[in-house]
Amino acid sequence: MSGKKGNTSDSRKNRSDEQTMRDVQREDAPVLKIEHMSISFTQYDRGMHQTSLPVIRDLDVEVHGGEMVAVVGSSGSGKSLLAHGVMGVLPYNADMGGRITYCGEELAKERIKKLRGREIVLVPQSIAYLNPLMKIGPQIRRGSKATEARKKLRGIFRRYELDAGVEELYPFELSGGMNRRVLISTALMEEPKLVIADEPTPGLDLAVAKRAMAHFRELADMGAGVLVITHDLELALEVADRIAVFYAGTTVEEASVQDFEHEETLRHPYTKALWRAMPRHGFQYIEGTQPYVKNLPTGCSFAPRCPHCGAECAGEIDYRIVRGGKVRCIRAE
Amino acid sequence: MKLEIKNVSYRYTSKGRQILKDFSLSMENTERVGLTAPSGYGKTTLCQLLSGYLKPNQGEILLDGRPLDSYQGYCPVQMVWQQPEFAVNPRLPLGEAIKEGDEIEERVIRGLGIEPDWFGRFPTELSGGELQRFSLARALGKRTRFLIADEISTMLDLITQSQIWHFLVEEVEKRQIGLIAVSHNPELIDRVCTRKIDLRLLDEKNR
Ligand SMILES: Nc1ncnc2c1ncn2[C@@H]1O[C@H](COP(=O)(O)OP(=O)(O)OP(=O)(O)O)[C@@H](O)[C@H]1O
Ligand SMILES: [Mg+2]
Repeated sequence: MSGKKGNTSDSRKNRSDEQTMRDVQREDAPVLKIEHMSISFTQYDRGMHQTSLPVIRDLDVEVHGGEMVAVVGSSGSGKSLLAHGVMGVLPYNADMGGRITYCGEELAKERIKKLRGREIVLVPQSIAYLNPLMKIGPQIRRGSKATEARKKLRGIFRRYELDAGVEELYPFELSGGMNRRVLISTALMEEPKLVIADEPTPGLDLAVAKRAMAHFRELADMGAGVLVITHDLELALEVADRIAVFYAGTTVEEASVQDFEHEETLRHPYTKALWRAMPRHGFQYIEGTQPYVKNLPTGCSFAPRCPHCGAECAGEIDYRIVRGGKVRCIRAE
Repeated sequence: MKLEIKNVSYRYTSKGRQILKDFSLSMENTERVGLTAPSGYGKTTLCQLLSGYLKPNQGEILLDGRPLDSYQGYCPVQMVWQQPEFAVNPRLPLGEAIKEGDEIEERVIRGLGIEPDWFGRFPTELSGGELQRFSLARALGKRTRFLIADEISTMLDLITQSQIWHFLVEEVEKRQIGLIAVSHNPELIDRVCTRKIDLRLLDEKNR
């Protein structure tokens, strides 16, 4: 691992005492289980012609209590939609299929409405989710004037180097990075069982980004399930337990953090390409782009960019277990 | 061609914090300058001043020796924002929004991996990274002479990041566009830029 390891990585290593407790919890149902999720958008083209864009297909993810799972993957691969699907906040023209269970029970519309913002919290990707017309303090405390809530907020602010005066400001008066920290604070006001953070750290300097990730790690260590969507693979590897890799609307690999120590222990060619693009592995890139939903190839969607692609790759590709992880590639062994 | 910021001071409100004080910096259109400073230090404010979104309280901003605000119509200094969702009109389909740019070439559209289908959509119907690539394309119009990129790649996966920077360096070199890249990532700045500036050090020198 990199030389600039902060206390975030230590917090993962020093968890062995909590391990036993966590394993007990693991026998229970996962906090979040997503099976065969699909999301498609209905689009009205010129005239009355209607097309359906299947942007997420056959996607599986699982998060246990005490576990932090990082989701990485290509731009536009469906990471944010997955988060919105779980939270029940997809736009009206979206259709969702598959099964989502929360603590062993199906997460239906009515249920998520009750749990949203309390047991289940989302840190959204866009700071446009902040209410521009409401001061920061009341916005985070969601109107609560209780001294308890005020005290808690002070504590969180101190941790993120936001001074108390920020509570009296409006979002437009803060810098991008400060607003980002405000969004994170909002989620941390509750005692959530499931946290979904959609790119919580862009634009933050390394020290603050690490602190935010360490904070999510703590929530996991206290028993919550944490799903962090991020492009910062380096940071994810320091704090998470597992990594789920998305490409073109589906999971192509689930691997442990240790699997990322070497390219050879990874399973999918896309994950390997991502590994080689890490700054410390040379910032290398591959040609081409993720296929557009309307032009998805049959079989493997990475095939057009894959150096190992053959005729068999146009057939059905199962999601299967290989060396303790999961992969959607017929060549992985 | 030179872009100069001369003895500029700036604060948002009369009682607000002095963000820039007697600040000066000059660059050529053949340079790629990397800017670093901690969160909240004023990098975005500086970018906004340089691209004419904000007016300095004191001092001046000169492009080719002429005040930046004397350029009518299309501004030759274009800024790409860290949060693309604030840089596009939410009620305008992207096919209309792209016209706010200056005759964007097909090569740029292709180089940034933009799908023709996106032009029929509204900004909220794209992912964060897709919208970021769109805003970058829109800023690369014909008359752009300087490009100010404020943390433009943190919303992209590593492979796309690497592709975009490769494309951008080639593009600005070919068209002799000066680039200012704000980033928290020192490795990125080392790879992309020809000169590095830490605002804190510069501040001390200016004082
Ligand atoms: N309302 C919509 N109508 C049509 N397509 C949409 C809509 N919203 C999102 N999409 C498409 O769905 C795909 C997945 O979007 P999503 O926002 O989940 O990507 P992401 O993985 O979060 O990407 P990023 O890393 O860039 O944030 C994208 O290709 C996007 O263009
Ligand atoms: Mg996203």
